[in-house]
Amino acid sequence: MSLVSLQNLSVRHGGNTVLSNVSFSITSGEIVTVVGPNGSGKSTLLRSVIGAQTPSQGQVIRQGGLRIGYVPQKLHIDPTLPMTVRRFLSLPDRVSNQHAKDALAQAGAGQLAQRQMSGLSGGQFQRVLLARALLCNPHLLILDEATQGLDQPGSAAFYHQIETVRQSLGCAVLMVSHELHVVMAASDRVICLNGHICCEGEPEHVASAPEYRALFGSGTQGALALYRHEHNHSHDHSCGHDHAIDTDVTLPPNEKVTPK
Amino acid sequence: MISLFDGFLLRAAFAGIGVAIAAAPLGCFVIWRRMAYFGDATAHASILGVALALGFQTPIFAGVLIISLLMATAVSNLSDRGFAMDTLLGVLAHSSLAFGLVAVSFLQGVRIDLMAYLFGDILAVSRGDLAVIWGGAALVLVLLWSRWSALLTATLSPDLAYAAGLNPKREQLILTIALALVVAVAIKVVGVLLISAMLLIPAAAARPFATTPERMAVTAASIGTFSALAGLQASFVLDTPTGPTIVCFAAVVFALASLGDQLRQVKHSKPN
Repeated sequence: MSLVSLQNLSVRHGGNTVLSNVSFSITSGEIVTVVGPNGSGKSTLLRSVIGAQTPSQGQVIRQGGLRIGYVPQKLHIDPTLPMTVRRFLSLPDRVSNQHAKDALAQAGAGQLAQRQMSGLSGGQFQRVLLARALLCNPHLLILDEATQGLDQPGSAAFYHQIETVRQSLGCAVLMVSHELHVVMAASDRVICLNGHICCEGEPEHVASAPEYRALFGSGTQGALALYRHEHNHSHDHSCGHDHAIDTDVTLPPNEKVTPK
Repeated sequence: MISLFDGFLLRAAFAGIGVAIAAAPLGCFVIWRRMAYFGDATAHASILGVALALGFQTPIFAGVLIISLLMATAVSNLSDRGFAMDTLLGVLAHSSLAFGLVAVSFLQGVRIDLMAYLFGDILAVSRGDLAVIWGGAALVLVLLWSRWSALLTATLSPDLAYAAGLNPKREQLILTIALALVVAVAIKVVGVLLISAMLLIPAAAARPFATTPERMAVTAASIGTFSALAGLQASFVLDTPTGPTIVCFAAVVFALASLGDQLRQVKHSKPN
C-alpha cells in the first residue's frame, strides 16, 4: 500500500505547463529524491503531494489519515510576528514540553527552545523546521531543498540526521535536492524530473540513464561522475587521470574497475 | 443628574473596552499578514453600508456588516488573483468612501450627522448599541480563539497549513468575517476613518513587549483598553472629540514603545 500516489498529474501555471503526466508513488520507509534543473517543477510536485497545488489534470491519492511532516524550501517569518522556537513547534497542534525537547534533540537543535525564530542562523532554522515536521510523528517526511544555504559540513550533518530520523521513526522521505552526490548516496530511489519524469529508479540505474546524463552529465562537468567513481572502488594510488571525462562512471556499480 | 451622567460615561467606557479587546487580536493578524490596507478598504466601504441602511430603514449594524463582508470578500478574492494589491486596495478604499458619501447625500428626509459616522460618537452609545458591541466583540473573540492555531499556521505559511491538513483559504475567510464584524461594531465608537487605527496601533505598540503571538495579542488588548479609557477621560476634561482622542493615546503609547525598543537595541549593540 503506497502512502501517496500521483496518477497522470498535470499542473499548469497560467499558460505554462509545469508538470505533465507525472505518475509515481511512495511507500512506507523509502527515501525518494527528486532531482532536476531549476524550473523543472520539483517544488510544484512536492506542493501537489501536500495538497497546496491543485492539479489541472490527474489526481493525488493519499492514504487515509496520512500524516505529513513538511520542511519548506524557505520560510519567511514576518518580523512583526514574535515567535519563539518552542511556540513554533506547537503549531498547529500543541505538543508537550517533553515532546518538543525530544524533537529538537532529534533534529540536532537542542537548546534553541527559547530563542526567537527571527534570530536563528540558516542552519538552526532548518533544523527547527525539521523538528517541527517530526513532531506530528509523520508517515511521510517531505523536504524541499532543506539544505539550501547550509555549508557542506552542515548539509552533510543534516542529511545524516534525516537518515537517523528515518531509522527511528520508520517514515518515508520524499525530498528535492540539488546536491547530487548526497542524493546518490542517501536515496533508495531517484526521480529525475524536467516537467515530466525523465527517468526513475535506483540511484545507480538513474545515474547511468542517458536522460539523466543529458540533464546533469555535462552540466556538472562530471562532478557527480567523480563521486560515483570514488565510491565504486578505492584508489590505492594518487589520481593521475581526469575523473571528469572518465568513462568508467557509467558502468554498473558492481563492475570492477581496474585503475589505469 | 449625577447618576445619568455616570450612565453614559460608563456605557462609553464599556463600548470602548469592547472594541479594544476585539480589535487587538485581529489587529495582530492584520499586521502579521500585512493587511493594513485591507482593513482600511473594509472600514471605508462601511459608510456605504450606513447610507444603504438608512435608505432601506434597516438597522445600521446590519447594513454596515453586509457591505463590510462584501468588501472584505471581494478584496480577499482579488488578492488571490495576483493584482497589484497596494494600488487596488487604495482604489477600493477611497472610491468606496466617496461612493458612500455621495450615497448619503441622496438620502432625503433623513438628517444624519455624518461626522458621527466618520469619527464615531462614543458618548451617544445606547444600551442597545452596547449589547451589539459586546455581542459582536464576543463573536470575534470566539471565532479567533477557536481557530487560533490554524490561523497562526496559515499566517506563517500556507504550505505548512496545507501539509498539516488545514485549508488556508478557510482561515482567510474567518479573518475576513472577523474584520467585517469589528468594523460593524467599532463604527459607533471610533468611526469609519479611525477603525484601522484601533486595529493597527495597539497591536503595533505591543510588538516590542512580546515574545509570542499570544502575548502580543494580550498586550495589544491592554494597550487598546488603556487608550479607550484614557481617551474618554481626556476628551471629557479637554472637550475634544472622543474617537480621535482615543487614537491619540494609542499613538502616544506606540511612540513610547518604539522609542524604548530603539534605546534597548542601541544599548544591546554597544558593549559598555
